[in-house]
Amino acid sequence: MIQIKGLTKNYKDVCAVDHLDLSIQEGELFALLGVNGAGKTSAIRMLSCILKPSQGDAMIGGFSILREKEKVKQIIGVSPQETAVAMNLTVRENLGLICGVYGFSRDQAMNKVREMAERFSLESILDKKAGKLSGGWQRRLSIAMALIGNTKVLFLDEPTLGLDVIARSELWDVIRSLKGKITIILTTHYMEEANALSDRIGIMKNGRMLAIGTADEIIKSTGKETLEEAFIAIQKEGKA
Amino acid sequence: MRMKAFSVRCLKEIVRDPLNLFFGLAFPLILLCLLSAIQANIPVNLFEIERLAPGITVFGLSFMTLFSATLVARDRETSFMDRLFTTPLTAFDFISGYILSLFPVALLQGVISYLAALAFGLKLSVNILFALIALFPIALFFISLGLLLGSVLTVKQAGGVAGALVTNLSAWLSGIWFDLELVGGTFQKIADLFPFVHAVNMERAIINGSFQISSGDIFYVTAWAIAVFLIAVLLFVRQMRK
Repeated sequence: MIQIKGLTKNYKDVCAVDHLDLSIQEGELFALLGVNGAGKTSAIRMLSCILKPSQGDAMIGGFSILREKEKVKQIIGVSPQETAVAMNLTVRENLGLICGVYGFSRDQAMNKVREMAERFSLESILDKKAGKLSGGWQRRLSIAMALIGNTKVLFLDEPTLGLDVIARSELWDVIRSLKGKITIILTTHYMEEANALSDRIGIMKNGRMLAIGTADEIIKSTGKETLEEAFIAIQKEGKA
Repeated sequence: MRMKAFSVRCLKEIVRDPLNLFFGLAFPLILLCLLSAIQANIPVNLFEIERLAPGITVFGLSFMTLFSATLVARDRETSFMDRLFTTPLTAFDFISGYILSLFPVALLQGVISYLAALAFGLKLSVNILFALIALFPIALFFISLGLLLGSVLTVKQAGGVAGALVTNLSAWLSGIWFDLELVGGTFQKIADLFPFVHAVNMERAIINGSFQISSGDIFYVTAWAIAVFLIAVLLFVRQMRK
């Protein structure tokens, strides 16, 4: 579903993403793990056509992020790091806005809003303003909005950042419910999140991919006991 | 369809902010009431309703810059615009959505100002309708100026520049509150370079039925509106491509 070849982003003297090569299968949940400034968000921003790569390319669903942006945008959904909802609009209006942006008819939009509300348990808050919701519910709405189009690839940038334990657990359930149905790339710096949700994990540092594999493979390759210990070892060594 | 959805969202964001409603609709009305009350006690030529109403209507439109600048800047600062950049919305959809959402607000503001002016003695005539139509290039200027500022400034900066600088320029250089000819000299020449005084002169002339006098002002205001609109589009698209 996703083939990334030599994807690079330079900001003046800083290389945020350094020749990233990666393949992700259809239906896979791939977690990008790294400390702040590792290049996770820059990688996601390039893949979601927000940021222009300095070098390299990526194919999403067979479409190039450089040459076929419009086609890529038809099949991706993004839930950005910061909660990206229209605060003065109700939950229903936020969902309706995205339906409109994807060109749904009125009837299609109504059905889609109903479907998403049911899928993400938003029925009871449909007429509440998004700005009045808790962080967890805003993230839930944000993910629902990202899935309204013909979404085949979902990018979740630090989806549980700043959420309390309960909200995080509930959001994990939401993400688990999507597993296998669509391809998901999730960035996080929570080890337990990557461990609990992902099929494979990529560990990044200073824009470079240092390790790729399942959590067990990564732990095994470092001879450590836990993913956290393995992560620290890989970060300290600076190589896989 | 896409643009309409985005435009409706922008309109809702604007009208659901109580501060916007106050500055957009109530504040010009308060000024009109206050100055009409002063006029009733101490008559001043400048504040006769035929001169005052068009001036306040134009001044009220300067708040459109504040609304559009803060809306665009806020969308840029939050991840909301990032999300929308990953959807099929095009630059045309964004720009049209932002601009068209504010036209109904501008028109409503004009209608309320002139309706209030009728209550204070403005003569009911078809010229009011023409004056409302003539608000479009003025509204385009102020809204585009907001889009321009919002494309390059932060919310705080946009609020400061649009809320303080533009409204002050609009007040000082428009001839609404004092006759520019009384100041004369360089000040008047500077004021003549900006569209504010031309917009006010245009509205005043139309309300008084002097369409020939207003044609030069219409051209000047329209030229400014188109120029600012084009710069705003360039800056917004550049921001989008970044």
